[in-house]
Amino acid sequence: MPSWSVNDQKIPQGRLALVSYVFVAIVALLMVGFWKLQVVQSGHFADLAERNRVRSIPIIAPRGPMLDREGRVLVDSYPSFSILLMRDDLKSLEKSLPQIEDGLGIDPDDLRQELEAAKNEPKFLPVIIKPAATQADIAFVESHRADIPVLELMMVQRRRYPHNSMLASAIGYVGEVSVQDMDQSEGQYRPGDLVGKAGLEKEYNDQLEGTDGMRRVVVNSVGKVMRTLDNVEAIPGKPVQLTIDYDLQAIAEADMVGKQGAVVAMDARTGEVLAMVSRPTFDPNDFAVRVPKEEWQSLNTDKKTPLLNRAIQAQLAPGSVFKIVMATAMLESKQISENFTAYCPGYANFYGRTFHCWRPQGHGVVGLHAAIVDSCDVFFYNVGKLLGIDTISHYASGLGFGKRTGIDLPGEEPGLVPSEEWVERVYHHKWYAGETISVSVGQGAVTVTPIQLARMAAAVASGGNLVQPHLLKNFANSKVDHFAISDNTVEQVTQGLYGVVNEGGGTGYHLRLQNIDLCGKSGTAQLMSYDAAKRLGTKTMDGWFVGFAPRRNPEIVIAAIVQDTMEHGGEAAGPVVRDIVKAYYDKKNARTLQQATTDSPAQPNSTQPLVATVGAKRP
Amino acid sequence: MKDRPRTQDFDWVLLAIVAAITTLGVLEIYSSTHASAMVGMQWKQLMWLGVGIAAMFIISRIDYHTLMDQAPVLYMFGLATLLVVLVIGHSRFGAKRWVSLGGGPNFQVSELMKLIIIIVLARFFSEVRTDRLTLTDLVKVAALTCIPVGLILMQPDLGTAMVLVPVAIVGAFLAGIEWKHMAVGLVLVALMIPVGWNMRHHLKPYQQQRIETFLHPEENPRSAGYQVLQSEIAVGSGGFWGKGFGKGSQNQLGFVPVRYSDFILAALAEEQGFIGVCVVLLLYLGLILRLVDNAQKAKDRAGMFIVMGVTAILGFHVLVNASMVIGYMPVTGIPLPLMSYGGSATAFVFLALGLVMNVRMRRFVN
Repeated sequence: MPSWSVNDQKIPQGRLALVSYVFVAIVALLMVGFWKLQVVQSGHFADLAERNRVRSIPIIAPRGPMLDREGRVLVDSYPSFSILLMRDDLKSLEKSLPQIEDGLGIDPDDLRQELEAAKNEPKFLPVIIKPAATQADIAFVESHRADIPVLELMMVQRRRYPHNSMLASAIGYVGEVSVQDMDQSEGQYRPGDLVGKAGLEKEYNDQLEGTDGMRRVVVNSVGKVMRTLDNVEAIPGKPVQLTIDYDLQAIAEADMVGKQGAVVAMDARTGEVLAMVSRPTFDPNDFAVRVPKEEWQSLNTDKKTPLLNRAIQAQLAPGSVFKIVMATAMLESKQISENFTAYCPGYANFYGRTFHCWRPQGHGVVGLHAAIVDSCDVFFYNVGKLLGIDTISHYASGLGFGKRTGIDLPGEEPGLVPSEEWVERVYHHKWYAGETISVSVGQGAVTVTPIQLARMAAAVASGGNLVQPHLLKNFANSKVDHFAISDNTVEQVTQGLYGVVNEGGGTGYHLRLQNIDLCGKSGTAQLMSYDAAKRLGTKTMDGWFVGFAPRRNPEIVIAAIVQDTMEHGGEAAGPVVRDIVKAYYDKKNARTLQQATTDSPAQPNSTQPLVATVGAKRP
Repeated sequence: MKDRPRTQDFDWVLLAIVAAITTLGVLEIYSSTHASAMVGMQWKQLMWLGVGIAAMFIISRIDYHTLMDQAPVLYMFGLATLLVVLVIGHSRFGAKRWVSLGGGPNFQVSELMKLIIIIVLARFFSEVRTDRLTLTDLVKVAALTCIPVGLILMQPDLGTAMVLVPVAIVGAFLAGIEWKHMAVGLVLVALMIPVGWNMRHHLKPYQQQRIETFLHPEENPRSAGYQVLQSEIAVGSGGFWGKGFGKGSQNQLGFVPVRYSDFILAALAEEQGFIGVCVVLLLYLGLILRLVDNAQKAKDRAGMFIVMGVTAILGFHVLVNASMVIGYMPVTGIPLPLMSYGGSATAFVFLALGLVMNVRMRRFVN
């Protein structure tokens, strides 16, 4: 035995016992620890385990297409891939960045900026670095799965507008759901969901948007799908058939190229909108992916306001088109004789101010018919003076001005019909009698939208039926307001409007069409409301033309405005109206001819879609 | 009194407990890996167990007094090996801990150092002639312990380095540390905590991250805190009765990190529930109490110190590993003895148990 082991000290039994007590205590504490997790909090952790294991992959439902009245596709959706960048592993992310920038052709600064912007978001949320991946991009991601694991593909449904900016102002656009909408939707939306943001996309969002499906899968710790638990297929959005006629729309679009203004063509009997153009406009395809910040800013700050749907949102002085209202008021109120005449030397003095007629040399002695046909201002100054603002206001309101038409589009503006009550309420002073003179020729405080003008003209020609304009084909509960106009009035006013186009001295004589009773009224506004003028920066004239056919109980009514023009309304806007009316009748005649020649019972409906569309619902 | 130690005098009760624990371990390794690329790992673990048992028998035949005679040599050998590892060792998982054994399996040499420190400190404490430890003795103990601890820290391997400390502490306690010294020591440790906290910036980045992770596991759910969080989820979701053998989603789908090794208790907790955990913890308590019993019955203080050195290390392993699994301690890479998969770790435990058998067999030998 070595010397060191000769130790006469006893084994310290007491301290050994103490050590074993310490171990008993430690094990007891550990058991308490496990008890807390496994018994007290087990529900919480069971949830977490389930969330770990089960991943819900949304199956995005495509939005429903929009079709024209004959079933031709105006808007549809297509599946596309977005490229996601996973940010949870920053180290390998940094290493792969140059390769990613190279392979996907992304600007390094943009990418870094995006990552910087997402810095404060949870690390497990990926960043979409390429919203619309090309075939080459997808191939790049697939072939680099092993060495660039931070890239992922996500299938999405994207909106496609095959005709680009055609009908864009009415169609509107889609965009990512806003935080407010998400809060209000009670869980219907997830971040990144596309919803209609403007126009018909917004109006009929509920119908267009489908119900996303959901695939629940079991994944392992590296996200590999092990098996599928269940699969709820997406329900695609329903198609929306519009009243728009692609052919007429195309003509209206073509006529408005390079111009500023709006056109709205409507079935005068039903309020079905056949064409609607607003210029300048935008390409909704730009919104379907992601709008670069600069582009969005320029769209919003552009002085020409391309996002404005002028057909329903521009509140403009109607100019001489307002004379239709004046003529109706004159005849209906019976405050003035039907045979009232005025002498027009080219100007007139009222209340110490000189008001000019558009024709400096004057019209001589004119009655109502001639005053409409050649748009004599002096005649209507006198009518206005005799009627007074409140009578004018009564008829203007009755014919639908100053309130929304109820068209199925968001953001419609009401325009303004001035009255004594209005000026006192808003400006706190008495009505200036001189204002009445301006209003008599559609200047001054009165403002209207193009859709209101079209509806008014249709109402006058149909004896007072104010239809509700709409773009949805099977628009339920279309409301018709009735503002009774006597037959005599309708006859006299429409005769005048017929003369505008069909009589030698008419301001729209150059617009006449063979075999078509085109009626109309031109208008040239010196300025819009002061506010609008300032906003739009317009210095020259606004040219109006409102036309309809046939003369009594018209089928089609069109209002067109060309802004910022040096021409009078008849020249600037008249041809647009004429072209659409002509196309409408050409089409109608062709159809009648076809119906007459083909006597096939297999084709009972001549309005079969020219382009068959699956799922298109027809009323 | 007998003349020779006999194998029949092995502690069969202790071995029965060991057998129970290793059986649970092998089963859980099977459950964790059978559906993965590491399929068949339980056979490798069984092989390690065989190697360990053989080593246990061999070491039990060498009189522990003989081993203690060689303590200075073993100590120098151990330190030299640690130095060699620092210079030529393989880097695995970012740390130099492994030496290649002539083309064979790699051996983690710090495991060897655990055995050596048990023998060296047992020898030191045995040489103290009284049942009182002087301050000088304490300084010597500290020095003997801190040199290998420092070398292992340089690998760097915080976990294994820490494991050596309890041998010194338990040894000092049993050798008769004075209560006032112990009090001063506790105060010093208490003071070291804030200092150590401020020193954390001098730690290796992965160590810093582990500490950060320990303090704020939810902040980084995918990378650093991930392991702890997933382990907690596995344990917690197991509930009282467990999800059943081979049915733990956290375990089977690989959410639990190194579920066959350091986190095997999490895997077991998920599949066998709180009941299973209690069985395991009680088996370990039984193991430790049986070890203490062996210490109490040792023939001399030298034997007692050896047995208690082994007890200190195994107990510390269980404490730290189980606490880590439930998020009470940072991740340090300390396996659960006898259950976690691993060649070196298993070999060490059986060599250590061999020392215990060694002491027990000789309690009646003159």
